[in-house]
Amino acid sequence: MGDLLEIRNLRIEATSYPPGEPPRHVVLVDDVSVSLEKGRVLGLIGESGAGKSTIGLAAMAYGRGGVRLTGGQVLLNGRDIRTASATGLRALRGKEVTYVAQSAAAAFNPAKRLMEQVIETSLLHNAMTRPEAEARAVELFAKLGLPNPESFGRRYPHQVSGGQLQRAMTAMALCPWPDLVVFDEPTTALDVTTQIDVLAAIKEAIHDTGVAAIYITHDLAVVAQVADDIMVLRGGKTVEYGPTDQIINAPAQAYTQALVSVRSIDHTEKSPAAPVLRAEGITARYRGTNFDVLKNVTVDVAAGQTLAIVGESGSGKSTLARVITGLLPASAGRITFAGRTLSPDLAARSKDDLREVQMIYQMADTAMNPRQTVGTIIGRPLEFYFGLKGEAKRVRVQALLDEIEMGKGFADRYPAELSGGQKQRVCIARALAAKPKLIICDEVTSALDPLVADGILKLLLNLQAQEGVAYLFITHDLATVRAIADKIAVMYRGEVVRYGQKSDVLAPPFDDYTDLLLSSVPEMKLGWLEGVLAHRRMESAGN
Amino acid sequence: MHPLIKLVVQRLALGLILLLAVSVVIFLGVEMLPGDTAQAILGQSATPEALANMRESLGLNQPAVTRYLTWLGHALQGDLGVALTNKKDIAHAIGQRLGNTLFLAACAGMIAVPLAIGLGLTAARYAGRWPDKLISGITLATISLPEFVAAYFVIYLLTQVFPVFQPVSMVFPGMSFIERLHAVALPVIVLVMVVLAHMMRMTRAAILNVMQSAYIETAELKGLSPMQVIWRHALPNAVAPIISVVVINLAYLVVGVVVVEVVFSYNALGQYLVDHVAKRDLPVVQAVGIIFAAVYIGLNILADLIGVIANPRLRHPK
Amino acid sequence: MRIPVSALIGITMTSVFVLSAVFAPWIAPYPIDAAVGGVWEGPSSRFWLGTDTIGRDILSRLIYGGSVTIFVALVSSLLSFSMGAFFGFLAATRGGWVDTGLSRLVDLMMAVPSLIVALVVLSVLPLNLTVLILVMGVLDSTRVFRLSRAVAVDIAVMDYVEAAKLRGERQGWIIFREILPNALTPLVAEFGLRFIFAVLFISTLSFLGLGIQPPLSDWGGMVRENKDGLVYGKAAAMMPALAIAVLAISVNLVADWILSRTSSLKGGRGG
Repeated sequence: MGDLLEIRNLRIEATSYPPGEPPRHVVLVDDVSVSLEKGRVLGLIGESGAGKSTIGLAAMAYGRGGVRLTGGQVLLNGRDIRTASATGLRALRGKEVTYVAQSAAAAFNPAKRLMEQVIETSLLHNAMTRPEAEARAVELFAKLGLPNPESFGRRYPHQVSGGQLQRAMTAMALCPWPDLVVFDEPTTALDVTTQIDVLAAIKEAIHDTGVAAIYITHDLAVVAQVADDIMVLRGGKTVEYGPTDQIINAPAQAYTQALVSVRSIDHTEKSPAAPVLRAEGITARYRGTNFDVLKNVTVDVAAGQTLAIVGESGSGKSTLARVITGLLPASAGRITFAGRTLSPDLAARSKDDLREVQMIYQMADTAMNPRQTVGTIIGRPLEFYFGLKGEAKRVRVQALLDEIEMGKGFADRYPAELSGGQKQRVCIARALAAKPKLIICDEVTSALDPLVADGILKLLLNLQAQEGVAYLFITHDLATVRAIADKIAVMYRGEVVRYGQKSDVLAPPFDDYTDLLLSSVPEMKLGWLEGVLAHRRMESAGN
Repeated sequence: MHPLIKLVVQRLALGLILLLAVSVVIFLGVEMLPGDTAQAILGQSATPEALANMRESLGLNQPAVTRYLTWLGHALQGDLGVALTNKKDIAHAIGQRLGNTLFLAACAGMIAVPLAIGLGLTAARYAGRWPDKLISGITLATISLPEFVAAYFVIYLLTQVFPVFQPVSMVFPGMSFIERLHAVALPVIVLVMVVLAHMMRMTRAAILNVMQSAYIETAELKGLSPMQVIWRHALPNAVAPIISVVVINLAYLVVGVVVVEVVFSYNALGQYLVDHVAKRDLPVVQAVGIIFAAVYIGLNILADLIGVIANPRLRHPK
Repeated sequence: MRIPVSALIGITMTSVFVLSAVFAPWIAPYPIDAAVGGVWEGPSSRFWLGTDTIGRDILSRLIYGGSVTIFVALVSSLLSFSMGAFFGFLAATRGGWVDTGLSRLVDLMMAVPSLIVALVVLSVLPLNLTVLILVMGVLDSTRVFRLSRAVAVDIAVMDYVEAAKLRGERQGWIIFREILPNALTPLVAEFGLRFIFAVLFISTLSFLGLGIQPPLSDWGGMVRENKDGLVYGKAAAMMPALAIAVLAISVNLVADWILSRTSSLKGGRGG
């Protein structure tokens, strides 16, 4: 007794039913034990497939789809809820434990007003009368920094922004005075400048109401800001479990050390050089709209170097890539490449123009034809641009596979048989096969787990050193920028707001937006969040 | 103007345009086919003089567009012309039979709709378990049957194995309501069988689609019982798709009715249409064809409108 | 790979139907039009399924009728399929006015039930095999058009198609090497469904007396011929109806199986 939540030797299994094959048993979580006192926050961290969400939901004795809690104990306030009846569980879910989902936009019922949904549990479990519950909700809306707390609940989910919905979901979880709240990646879907505000609001609300919380995320820097204890998970097993301070500052396990030092690749910027690509005064809009997505954008990429384009969603950074490749002809502006002017339209470009600019996509999954083998995928540019056939092509494919650090035997595999990182490597090889002068990398690491992403970044840096290829690197992640860029362009609402060598762009004095962006990126140290917030309050007080 | 009203007006206008386009196709498109009404009436052995006279008397020598506009003008005033074969007024003949067709379709609809929704909900509630598999198996069988085959099975079962009904459904003026009901029992059973499968499958799919939403998991994690989850969170979002399913399948009844009327020699619009196709009586076929098309298009537009009105994003814009 | 029982039954039954249609003259015990027995004879060792309203062997007529039904349905579904898939892919890959024009045309054709359109058209055109196949093929191509366009549009927005465009590949490569291999499975299942639709459609038309005309006879026509027998519960009336139902269900089982395999392929993500 004593602890609010105590999980002992938990084992979670699932059965999947692939059509036409016998059912398959998978162990998702094996022998995990956790304890949580009242008012404390436990962080669960791991890569995709680590079992962190599964454990979070197990604290509510809930399994998604065919997931079953098959062993161990889940003690909540001293009772084992793993073996509780359906009725018993209903009495406890939404009253003692509540849940905040990753995508609040999907987790709210689109047909009902927010207030109805926020107070539903309080009324359901007869904990409060309607006026009491509504008063409590309004109080929480105000605490979480939502606009017009009195009238906010009268809106429908589609009428408010993503960041506001995430706060409303937190209000919904806190409304019935629960003992424990499970936060499942609550800020992952948000832009970085929105994330920091929501994170601060959640932290304050946890602190003020004195609930205990489980905070699930893949981002160690985020969880370091809110958690008292952290459990590092991998493949459904505990890697390391201890106080936040120890995990961040003195990790014992090699895997944890790797996670802590992730995204700290050191890359010294190269000195300025002649540009291979210059985009001048680019203005563009999508067909059928009357709104310029890009406004007079001018950037250049030095030969053999990297220009990073940084911005949040809606900044126009991916549109710039489409304009440069010719998929979206610009309405104004000029693109010069290797001394010649590129036609704005893809169809009018020569084979060499096409060959020398290659592209790598965010989702390697959809960037490769699932019906072609790796050999065909990498071999096609060799055949198409250089006329390589038969043995010559096979040898070159293998050489490219060696370059991306994938061994023999991969040429005959299909994309579905590769891991996420391997898929992205094959896409890199396909781009390299064309012997390009410039590769456009569109968020190529954002869909990958941090350690895998690091591997890809290192590979890209090595290839640049060997082949002298230039990168136009589009990303929303500043750590990635630090790791790879020589030059940086910061974009905001279709315009370049800051542009120059890396060392200049990342050094003060900053413009307002770059300052906000840079200061919003979570850092791997305790107290960072408080520091930033205090700093911002001081500045706004000073103005 | 409220965007919802704008959308509704747009859809209604679209329906009217579609109906007009269909009438053009049924009228002018048929003219372009390599057949000729005069030839069809007189047969292959007709003399050129006879053909010319026939064309003259049918007004076939005028330009097609003129004839279409004249026909449309008359049709809008309720004058559909006379049948080639017996020179009787088409509008009058249709008026007598339309009621019978609607009576049959209405009876079938009133049984099929609640039954299909009930079974669809049951199948969705127990998705993947035996009630679902049983219902799905039966619908797979009935969905593969054309109306007349289904009709034969029903007739065989209910007039031979269990002789409860007559295999022919005659209705005539002066029959009491109860007598009428008894007369249409067999065709109604057949129509119900045929639409039920479609309607039930689509209802089940609509519910399951909603049940997979993240907000249903939210509701479960709030500690709501399965019935509360369905009533409070699934139904408000599933009502629109279900009503669309119902309306679309009522439109499907329009087709089923034609064949079923022939099977049971039921004196109504479908029977009238098929008879006159065989007799190559084009004015009748065109008139009845457009009536069936209008009902079908009308119901489909209605389904569309319900979907629009039920969408909270359109009802409560930002 | 394990084939489920339902699919096995479907494949077996479909093969039996197709084979007996192809080899009808060798399999059928009696000639198609000979009155070889009494009227409405019940099943016996001489006439396995009995005789019809003028004393012809039902089994023989069923076998010959099946070859007509299956032939007409197969040709018209091949027609609807190739037309629909061609224009569907064209609309999806060309876009612009080609897409808009074709899509509006199909909307118009689908605004009225196929049976009603067919009845209107058949009241003018001569009733022969070519006309029937053309009418059914064209009317049903609209559904294939919608499906293949939707499938192709889904695939055309994939990054690997964009990558091929950026590489400078021709339209032909993009359609045949990038899009088609990924669209094949849903389209094959759709072919099964189109075939069933054609079987039901031609049977319905023949039943109404507006399809296959004598001396040829298909299953729908046989149901019509023996309509009177139904009142006396004669087998002759039920057998052709039963044949239509069994063929439709068998093909449906196969199509369902192929479709379920498609979704498992889509869901199969490695790593």
